[in-house]
Amino acid sequence: MGRSGPGRIIALVVSLGITLAVTAILYYWFRESAVLGSDFMSTMEPASDNADTIQDVYILIFWLAGAVFVGVLALTLAFSLMFKEQEGVEAVQTHGNSRLEILWTFIPVIIVVIMAVPTFDAIVQTEGDAPEGAHEVTAIGHQWWFEFEYPEEGIVTATDLHLQVGQPVQVSLLSDDVIHSFWVPRLMGKKDMMPGHENQLWFTPTETGVFLGQCAEFCGLSHAKMRFRVIVHSPEDYAAWVESAQAAAAEPEDELAQRGLEVFSNPASQCVACHTIEGVSSGDIGPNLTQVGSRSTLAGGWLDNTPENMADWIADPASVKPGSLMPDTGLSDEDIQAVVAYLQTLQ
Amino acid sequence: MATAVGTVGQTTEQSKIWGWMTTVDHKKIAALYGVTGFFFFLVGGVEALLVRTQLAVPEGTVIDADLYNQLFSTHALTMIFLAIMPLGASFFNYFIPLQIGARDVAFPRLNALGYWMYLSGGVMLTLSFFFGGAPDGGWFGYAPLSSEAFSPGRNMDYYTVSLLILGTSSLISSLNFIVTIINMRAPGMTMMRLPVYMWMTLVVAFLLVLSLPVITVGLIQLYFDRNFGTSFFVPATGGDPILWQHIFWIFGHPEVYVLILPSMGIVSEVIPVMSRKPLFGYAAIVFAGAAIGVLGFGVWSHHMFTTGLGTVPQVVFSASTMAIGIPTGIKIFNWLGTMYGGNIRFNTAMYFAVGFIALFTIGGISGVMHASPAVDTQHQDTYFVVAHIHYVLFGGAIMGIFSGIYYWFPKITGRFLDESLGKLSFWIMFIGMNATFFPMHFLGVSGMPRRIYTYESGLGWDTWNLVATIGSYVLAFGVLIFLINFFKTMRQPQTAPDNPWGGSTLEWATTSPPPEHNFDVIPEVRDRDPLWYNRDHGIEPTPRPEHMHIHMPPPSYFPLVLAGGVALIGLGLLTHLGVAVAGALVVVYGVWGWALEPTE
Repeated sequence: MGRSGPGRIIALVVSLGITLAVTAILYYWFRESAVLGSDFMSTMEPASDNADTIQDVYILIFWLAGAVFVGVLALTLAFSLMFKEQEGVEAVQTHGNSRLEILWTFIPVIIVVIMAVPTFDAIVQTEGDAPEGAHEVTAIGHQWWFEFEYPEEGIVTATDLHLQVGQPVQVSLLSDDVIHSFWVPRLMGKKDMMPGHENQLWFTPTETGVFLGQCAEFCGLSHAKMRFRVIVHSPEDYAAWVESAQAAAAEPEDELAQRGLEVFSNPASQCVACHTIEGVSSGDIGPNLTQVGSRSTLAGGWLDNTPENMADWIADPASVKPGSLMPDTGLSDEDIQAVVAYLQTLQ
Repeated sequence: MATAVGTVGQTTEQSKIWGWMTTVDHKKIAALYGVTGFFFFLVGGVEALLVRTQLAVPEGTVIDADLYNQLFSTHALTMIFLAIMPLGASFFNYFIPLQIGARDVAFPRLNALGYWMYLSGGVMLTLSFFFGGAPDGGWFGYAPLSSEAFSPGRNMDYYTVSLLILGTSSLISSLNFIVTIINMRAPGMTMMRLPVYMWMTLVVAFLLVLSLPVITVGLIQLYFDRNFGTSFFVPATGGDPILWQHIFWIFGHPEVYVLILPSMGIVSEVIPVMSRKPLFGYAAIVFAGAAIGVLGFGVWSHHMFTTGLGTVPQVVFSASTMAIGIPTGIKIFNWLGTMYGGNIRFNTAMYFAVGFIALFTIGGISGVMHASPAVDTQHQDTYFVVAHIHYVLFGGAIMGIFSGIYYWFPKITGRFLDESLGKLSFWIMFIGMNATFFPMHFLGVSGMPRRIYTYESGLGWDTWNLVATIGSYVLAFGVLIFLINFFKTMRQPQTAPDNPWGGSTLEWATTSPPPEHNFDVIPEVRDRDPLWYNRDHGIEPTPRPEHMHIHMPPPSYFPLVLAGGVALIGLGLLTHLGVAVAGALVVVYGVWGWALEPTE
């Protein structure tokens, strides 16, 4: 049956060689995609306790998957080479082998059990209640931006979520319209933000830095542009941030900014219908702008927060974010420059 | 007989087109399914190429967000409902009667009705691009994004109406297949002598019969929510969007097995025949297939691990999903066991079958990985899952279908597809498929969400997106070579013998292509591999009798009338209810004529 002697050994060696070469290349590329450093969204560089817990399971399962891949690919190649059609060779007429079949039923059973035990353990650890005294924040999904509320501190902000390293945080997840999903790969697996149903997620950040997040549930036209950042501070920096975020909106200091405040406050410009600036307006459709000048990004995290980008965004929201609820207000360029100057002072 | 109401005389001169429109011959209906299914496979492919072209580089400007969302949604719907399922139905139609030794399916006119409804649903879904916009809420149509408030256009109405028509069509065919396989087997063909392909067909038909009613209810509720102001899924008025997810995935997960099991059946035919030995562990493969079908109804919530299910449901659905890995593993080992010790003829059909084992395994492995919520909450809705489903559906289902095309082409047409072109197209498709879909694993690991129409440079996603796009063009080129092969082959003379590959199942006992009545004499089955048994025991086929009185069902145009009425109802649900009423009248006329139609 099949090739015999040296032919069979060559077939085995060639199959194993090809399989290991392919596996090595794929492993290299997986590693390149996983080890990216900060400013990226790797799913395999945990920076919180719960992300770490699921990472351990993730890596175990990755190795198991790799082992099955190597086994099946090597056997497929080996049998293809060993039993390729030859003159004068007869195929062995067997219908099966009960002992062998029972044996290889146990192979997947064992693999599955090895996966299951740590998986269930990780579910219980990460899905359970947050530790006592966890800091509570609320994240609300909107088409297409993230809003963050700090009920204890009385802070409302958007697109940047500020946290303190080493402090467990419980994020309550809500949605104002359709289903969104809260996902910061380096801090935690994703969880959906359901309208009419509150979900919870908790973790303890273990590193300071900026962590990129993005909506992970298809939510309509500008789903691609619904991003956010989590900024994890040292305790001192965090306290400083809370203090500045609780301060009243800054008063305009120069003439241009003063004019910007007037344009913003004028109902004809439509700004106040949707946006809150503490002490100036109380719209509740768009993001709260009380500290907008201090944010890192604009327009649901798609644009860096620069005066030029802010002006472009106000001038034509739909060209930056298709379907955006923010209307084209029809403001003149001068008015836009004034509003931008004013908003940038809101630090 | 030509004078009876509603019958079309078989002997009268009739145009060829009219013959196809009124046919109830399972082989002709199979051909209609096959050609239409392949056409929609190409349509779905073009949609995918547009999506890939947009994503080739960061901040691509080829298509806008709106069209992108229509394209990725319709690509999935097209490939699932208009390409893979009908291509499966094409093989079912052709080979159920031939493999079980019957002259036709149990209900030939229902069979025709299934096809015409499929065609009208498919045309409706595809033309929606030009009449108000195609579905843009994903193939999963999650509420409340699919509700009128967030999707005011006609897009998601096309989704509900065309899927209702397509689902009904599949339901009709599935019932027909179940009745046929259970009741019309040749003498001696016990259930445990059924070819594995027939077993997989039977499992698929049961999956559809049990799961389609669920989605039918869901789609009707969604249509009512959107058009008549109910609030089954609208949270603002007390509905529950999670309810839709449960309904959708109780259908949607068995649907995945509907797509893959037929191809598992096909390679279970091809591998033993080409290895020239019986299938290793027939009973294990049959029971594993049935187990996958049963377990498939108990895993749906693994699509919902991120919705806040809570601890216990996560553990339960994680365990049940991992359990599906066990019968799947058994099948893979049995295919390899079949190759072991064989004298394998490596023709194109076998290339695709072996390609199926290797590629489907990759999709199977990543599927089991996602059974763990720890992995799933990181991978869900990223490109890792896009890679996973395409290894299952392209590496699995489509590779299996191509294997079946090359394997059965001589039986169906009497002609052999060109082997050189076939192997060339295999390798180009194989390379293109891996270049397109393997990099998506890397994209998923580096955090790229799916269903985004654009992405920013600098996140580590640029290179692999470009590679995937180039891969998709290579893949398309491989399919193009197949098409060239097809048209070239169809101009060759019919030279195929009855049993060119030395197959063991009954379809190889009749001529290539088979006569309208399939078998001059219904064969008697003495073994699981009847033709090999006869060969080894020197049993000659029963000679053709001198006088044959074979009663075949006459053609009928009532399936077409009935399907037209259903299409009108669908059109009415999208335009004006008056049109739907007219459609209902046509349906009543169709049913009336159908019921009174003489069968002689």
